[in-house]
Amino acid sequence: MKRDIFQAIADPNRRAILDLLATQTLTLNGVAAHFDISRPAVSKHVKILADCGLVTVRQQGRERYCEIQVEQLTEVVEWVDQCRQTWEARFDRLDALLQELQEKET
Amino acid sequence: MMKKKTEITAVPGHQELFITREFDAPRELVFKAFTDPTLLTQWLGPRELTMVLDTFEPRPGGSWRYVHTDAHGGSFGFHGVFHEVNYPHQIIQTFEFEGLPETGHVSLETAAFETLPGNKTRLTIQAVYRSVADRDGIVQSGMERGVTDGHERLDTLLASLQAHNLA
Repeated sequence: MKRDIFQAIADPNRRAILDLLATQTLTLNGVAAHFDISRPAVSKHVKILADCGLVTVRQQGRERYCEIQVEQLTEVVEWVDQCRQTWEARFDRLDALLQELQEKET
Repeated sequence: MMKKKTEITAVPGHQELFITREFDAPRELVFKAFTDPTLLTQWLGPRELTMVLDTFEPRPGGSWRYVHTDAHGGSFGFHGVFHEVNYPHQIIQTFEFEGLPETGHVSLETAAFETLPGNKTRLTIQAVYRSVADRDGIVQSGMERGVTDGHERLDTLLASLQAHNLA
């Protein structure tokens, strides 16, 4: 299940769709209007996102509404973020140390 | 000084991840910060933790071990063996977190130090894990936060690892 999520967000178009849906619920056509790729292609991306639970698609009348599932997304963001935060903090300390060492030299 | 970007690349379904970062310093100096124990302890561990280098033998076949201790006395060990230490461009070592329910979840880390124009250095660390689950589990578990926040975090970590069938 998890790996599906990472697979899902590996694609730049799908990340763009998630970005778009992060702030609003849109119809499938509404999503497609934001992209140069064909509507069937957008539909396929949305289906992949839906398959791993990142997005739900709700049929209402003639329209299909796409809604982001924030809890699922948080999990993925946290995964990458924790790793990045750890290394960022380390490297920021290393930056300071390297600067200090170079100032001593000169 | 502009803050540099740390890039983490973890392709889904792969057993490896890459960490890339640039530094405003010559690679000889960056390399030294990785192999001089008095320098290493100044940046590797979070500030709020005490980091003690138990063993540190940066040469082929040499071993290393350090322990982080938090304010509540919780401690977390990490250890490994140096495979290659090639000044000033490459370090290859194994890495294992000692806080897991079973031993053997080791990774192989290769750090490459590359000279860039203007006395800068690009560091690329490739970490290869024994399985995709190990890679995702270890990164995902919040290991470093577990280290940061002590026992509560360790409990969460162990639960999370068990959930990932690592236990």
